[in-house]
This record gives sequence, C-alpha cells and structure tokens, in this order.
Amino acid sequence: MALPFVIHLIIFRYIPIVGWVMAFQDYKPARGLFAQKWVGFEQFRILFSDLAFYRILRNTLAMAAIKLVLGTVFSILVAVLVNETRSKFARRSVQTISYLPHFVSWVVAANIFLNVLSPDSGILNNILMAFGIIKEPVLWLGVPEYFWHIIGWSHVWKECGFGAIIYLSAMTAIDPQIYEAADIDGARRLQRIRYITLPGIKATFIILLIMNIGHLLDAGFEQQYLLQNGLVQDYSEVFTIYIMKYGLKMMRYSYAAAAGIFKSVVSIILIFSANRLAARLGEETLV
Amino acid sequence: MKKTTDDIIFDTAKVFMLVFLIIVTLYPFLNILAISFNDAMDSIRGGVNIWPRKFSLMNYEKIFSNPNIGHAAIISVLRTVIAVITQVFCTAMVAYTISRKEFVLRKFITLLYVITMYIDGGLIPTYFLMRSLHLVNSFHIYWVPGLVAAFNLLVIRTYINGLSESFIESAKLEGASDFTIFLKVIMPLCLPVLATVALFVAVWQWNFWFDTFIYNSSNIKLSTLQYELMKKIQSANAAVSGSSASSAFAEAGGMSGSRVTPTSLRAAMTVVVSLPIIAVYPFLQKYFVTGLAIGGVKG
Repeated sequence: MALPFVIHLIIFRYIPIVGWVMAFQDYKPARGLFAQKWVGFEQFRILFSDLAFYRILRNTLAMAAIKLVLGTVFSILVAVLVNETRSKFARRSVQTISYLPHFVSWVVAANIFLNVLSPDSGILNNILMAFGIIKEPVLWLGVPEYFWHIIGWSHVWKECGFGAIIYLSAMTAIDPQIYEAADIDGARRLQRIRYITLPGIKATFIILLIMNIGHLLDAGFEQQYLLQNGLVQDYSEVFTIYIMKYGLKMMRYSYAAAAGIFKSVVSIILIFSANRLAARLGEETLV
Repeated sequence: MKKTTDDIIFDTAKVFMLVFLIIVTLYPFLNILAISFNDAMDSIRGGVNIWPRKFSLMNYEKIFSNPNIGHAAIISVLRTVIAVITQVFCTAMVAYTISRKEFVLRKFITLLYVITMYIDGGLIPTYFLMRSLHLVNSFHIYWVPGLVAAFNLLVIRTYINGLSESFIESAKLEGASDFTIFLKVIMPLCLPVLATVALFVAVWQWNFWFDTFIYNSSNIKLSTLQYELMKKIQSANAAVSGSSASSAFAEAGGMSGSRVTPTSLRAAMTVVVSLPIIAVYPFLQKYFVTGLAIGGVKG
C-alpha cells in the first residue's frame, strides 16, 4: 500500500537532491543533467568571492538573530501576563485574539504593515506626530536602517501570541504548592515571577533556544520579499531572494544552485549540532 | 487574601499591557476593514480609524466585477479542497502502513520521510524537476508534490500507535483485507487526528502563494487570491522606491473615474483573503495546540 507513495517521495524529495550536481556544472537546460560541462568548485569559488554573498549572509544572520531574540522575549512576556490572569474568560479572550495574526498569511500581514507604516495616513506616523516626536511623516519602509527593525517587530506582532503557547504550557506544569509556599513567606508578585515562574520555564527556554539556533540561516523569506523595495535591498535580501534573483531571473542556474547548497549544508550542520546539544542538555535537566 | 498596594500596582500594569496587546493586534485589522468599506477618494484625506467615514461598497464591487479575481477565488478554493482530501487520505494510508509492527520496511520508510524534514533539494533543482514533469503552468503543482508531508505523517502515525490492536485483530479474524481494515476500521477511529491534519493542510493551502509565484505566474487562469493580493503589494512596494512609479501611476490611472485607489482595493482584497481564516480559526485553535503537542513527540 505504501509503495506508490515511496516512489512519489523519491521523485519529489530525493531526485532534487541528486540535482545538486548542477552546482558543479555549467548547467544549460537544453541538455540532460549528466551531459553538462563539469566545472568542479568554480561556482563556489565565484560565490565566495562575491561581495553580495557576504551581504546576504550578514542580512540573514542578523534578521534571524533579531527575530529569535525579540520573538522569545515577547512570547515569554505574553505567557507571563496570561499566566498571571485568573479569570478564565480573560485568559481565553486574550489568547484567541493574540493567535489571530499567526493564522493569516504573510501577504495579509505585509499589507497590514504597508498600511500601518504608510507615510500618507499610517497610524504610526499619526501617533508620533500627535506626540510631537516627529515633525513630518517618515517613509519607514524606504529607510535601509529601519528595515531590520520592521522585520523584527512585524515578527513579534505576528508570532508572539502563538509562541507563548509552549511557554504557557510549561508554566502550568509548575507545582502550585511552590506558589502557595511563596505566598506564606510573603513573596511579592514580581518576586513570584522572578523566582518561581521564570526558573520553571528554564528547561523549555534552553531547548527552544538551541533548536532555533539550528535555524539561523533561515531568516524567513516571505516577510523580507513582501516588505522590501528597491531602496532597502542592501538590507533586505536573504538567501532565497538571492537564489531566485540569480537562478530564475538571471538564469545562472548552477551558480544559484551552489548558493542553495551552501545554505542547505550549513543549515543541516547547525540543526544536527543543535539537536545533539539539546538532547544532551535535556538529559541533564531531567536528572 | 487581601490586596496590597503592591498587588494593585501589579494588576494595573498587567491589565494595561494586556489591553495594549489586544489593541495592537486588532487595530490594524479593523483599520483595513474600515478603509475597505470607505469611499476611496475620501480615504485619501487620511484619518479613517476603525469605522468607515463615508460608507461605500465601491471597492468590493470593483473587486468582484474583475473576472480574474473571481477566477482566482475559485482556484484558491479548489486547491484547498483537493489538497485537503488527497493529502489526508494518502497520509493516513502511509501512516497506517508504517504503524504495522509486522511490516519489515516500516523503520526504513519512516526514516526516508523524516530525512525530508531536514534536507531539501533547493529551489533551482526542484524547479527543473517540476518542469520536466510538466507541472509548471499546471494546476497539479498545487496538490501533487506535497501529497504526503512528513510532519503530518508522524502526527497521524503517533495517533494510530495509540489505538488498541484488538480492533485490527478482530477485523483480520473476520477475513478483512488490509485496505478494508484501513477504510472501515482505522479511518473512522482516526477521525479526530484526521480533522486536525485537514485543518493544518487547509490553512497552509489557503495561505500559500510561493508555488503560484514560481511555477504558475505566467498563467492568470491558475492564479490564486493570495497571489493576486501579493501582486498588488508588489506594485505598492515599487511605488515606495519610485523605481517603477510609472506602473503604479498607470495602475491608478487606469482606474481614474472609477473612484477607487490601489490602497482601497488592497484593503478590500485583504479582507476577502483573510475572512475565511478569521471565520474558522477560533474553532481550530484547540486542534492546532494538540497538533503542536503531538508533533513534539516525533521520531
């Protein structure tokens, strides 16, 4: 019963990996994959000597790190706030509302940010002008220095509610007796959070952090692609955009494939080291 | 327990932050909704918040009178429905197979799927594969390549492993074939997890635009709602950088006299595209959370 599906799997998921040999050729689509001119590591040599490559690498690492740090901090903050709320109705309402952005596509979210950041009537410019912080509207999406901010904060807006789920479930697993004992000792609310709640989610925090480090070369793609424009491209281009530009637009297939392989191979190394590290620490925290 | 000043300060700060969270999350959606129902020429003046100032259905009329958008809506629904049915059925079938203890290759096949969660061929080799399989400029790209996804497979397999063996054994004693057991015994028992996976797939399919963009962008008859909205975002971005301001003007110019603007049309499209998700997600969230929990115990 599984045989047709195994064939399907090999065709759609394993044959493209065989296609990696393209990166060692000067691929021309008219000929078959094994009737190409072989060039060895030439494509990789060009890749590593291209200044644009290092810019892409910088952008990818920077945006992935920003998203990781901001996303983690705000997910934990939301989880703490919900955890400190007793009323069932309030908890449910806040959670349901905070999940909403997670379920809509980045296309919808990008549209929302185009609106919020618009220089014509965007709410951000309106508020900042009402408080006299800025004198005239700013074209937020057109300033290169702001792009990483926009990526980081739009990620927080979209994912912090959903990201809180896992921390919240770790918090509900904390023994209520510890809180009761703290109350008897006269602990204040902030002290309860500082000395009970946060240490209680430490294991979850470490595991998630390590797992996410495995995805540092994966800064997302849709977000950058949908929010970028010509003015900010030095700060917005990430690997997938680079590969699309060289591969599908400029038709330098082998070169783009080489860039793709670099990203895949480094990612696999990162993910496996992260998994091993997490497994080791996981055992220790269990003991 | 009586409240101390400390408690009062804490609770006030907490409520303040939660209310802030809710406003920041909801305001942008309500703002887009208001703009979509506001007269486009009036919106240019700015200052529309969460309620239309000059109510108008013009933006929606304009969208729904565009045959391309109507067609894209049909494709969006079709790709979602077809992918949900085929993926749920096929994934369940493979999951049942790899859950059978007597099947010697089950570990090997599971591993083949799990590897694909970490390694993929990358954009360029995949593109050439799809091209040689004639899946470029084809509706089938929407459902064929992703027929069985490793993550969903593990979710269903974990569920089947938790079922009692006695159901299957008694069916075998009555002489039922493997396929009959799958259809008549396993599928009904798995209904909760199949619903979960169906929801995963449906949300994913409805929201996805990258395949349309890469493989089907030259054929308007295969476009989806997400992709049509994405194209509108691209012309808005081009207008930001001014690199092709002319095309943005052309877009606006072609609409002169029709009393709509690109911004207002985008707002109405955004509402249409996100409405199905917003309507169903409150009912899905508990499934997503369970799915997340099951996915955690993978391998």
